[in-house]
Amino acid sequence: MAKFALPKNSRMVTGKTWPKPEGAKNVRAFKIYRWDPDTKANPRIDTYHVDLDKCGPMVLDALIKIKNEIDPTLTFRRSCREGICGSCAMNIDGTNGLACTTGIDEISGAVRIYPLPHMPVVKDLVPDLTHFYAQHAAVQPWLETKTPAPQGEWRQSIEDRKKLDGLYECIMCASCSTSCPSYWWNGDRYLGPAALLQAYRWLIDSRDEATGERLDDLEDPFRLYRCHTIMNCAKTCPKGLNPAKAIAEIKKMMIERRV
Amino acid sequence: MTSANSDLRTPANRVLGLGSAKDGVGHWWAQRLSSVALIPLTFLFVIPLAGVIGEGFDAVRALYQQPYHAIIAILFLAVTFWHHQQGLQVVIEDYVHGKGSRTIMLVLNSLVTVALAVIGIFSVAKIAFGG
Repeated sequence: MAKFALPKNSRMVTGKTWPKPEGAKNVRAFKIYRWDPDTKANPRIDTYHVDLDKCGPMVLDALIKIKNEIDPTLTFRRSCREGICGSCAMNIDGTNGLACTTGIDEISGAVRIYPLPHMPVVKDLVPDLTHFYAQHAAVQPWLETKTPAPQGEWRQSIEDRKKLDGLYECIMCASCSTSCPSYWWNGDRYLGPAALLQAYRWLIDSRDEATGERLDDLEDPFRLYRCHTIMNCAKTCPKGLNPAKAIAEIKKMMIERRV
Repeated sequence: MTSANSDLRTPANRVLGLGSAKDGVGHWWAQRLSSVALIPLTFLFVIPLAGVIGEGFDAVRALYQQPYHAIIAILFLAVTFWHHQQGLQVVIEDYVHGKGSRTIMLVLNSLVTVALAVIGIFSVAKIAFGG
């Protein structure tokens, strides 16, 4: 059966509460998931206090401040700090998103930060995305052609180029796939919203000549049809994209080539 | 999902698995078709039936001895169980992960649903043909 409770060694316990900064007036608590693979201890929730008057506005600013000034062992991924690399995707205040584009002021009360749900954890806020990336590679996210390559570029009308809007912006942060219950229960076989949005990005590309093969590879009760239009993906996407719609379009293409 | 280091297969091997079943669109379409069919059928079946509740067996028999109502009832039962089989199959595929238990439940789902549909249709037919 699908597992609805965490395994015993993954259940969270209350961790350390770090002292409040002295003399600070504008303090916010951050409750952060900690797990160290080098100890056999269960994950714990540590509480940090950050002086918001001396901190940048985003959740990532607070995480960096905590790592720099309070606890250097706190581990998380981050790179561009402007919502384009997708590294700092995590579960913030109950919703997946990017720490760098989520304002601390968007959250009331203590800021709860966990790694992306239902993925193996490498350490603290760092999930193991190996399988997720392999699923992306499996949809062959590149231009496939049979016509010999032209002298210049593969040409595309302005109209056809417009069809890629809302798809090409995906940064593969994994927020959508890891918010999807179908992906939680069957992520080993279901490709998940991120990989399927990427698949549709190439299915709808007017220059691609492997549409049929792509659809063949996707037509599967698990790879594609585990999507039950739950819509968590669209709700959580930090780039405002709609993977559920892309999946629905793939399902329509499956019908279209039969009738 | 198992952690990457728990077995030695490559990530690509685990994603590609047994390959695409090249199937699923038929099931998806049939599920939508049966949903749409059930919208009118439910009203056409339930409203006349509600009218004879408490009126006794003779009233029910009189209702289903009219060919129109017997046909609606049989269509309703057939499509309902068809839709039920499709829906429960998806639920089992979603939540039952043991290879053996999944197979057993999928088989039971199909066979029991057919049996229930036949029982229902036979009951209507028996009344319609003078039970």
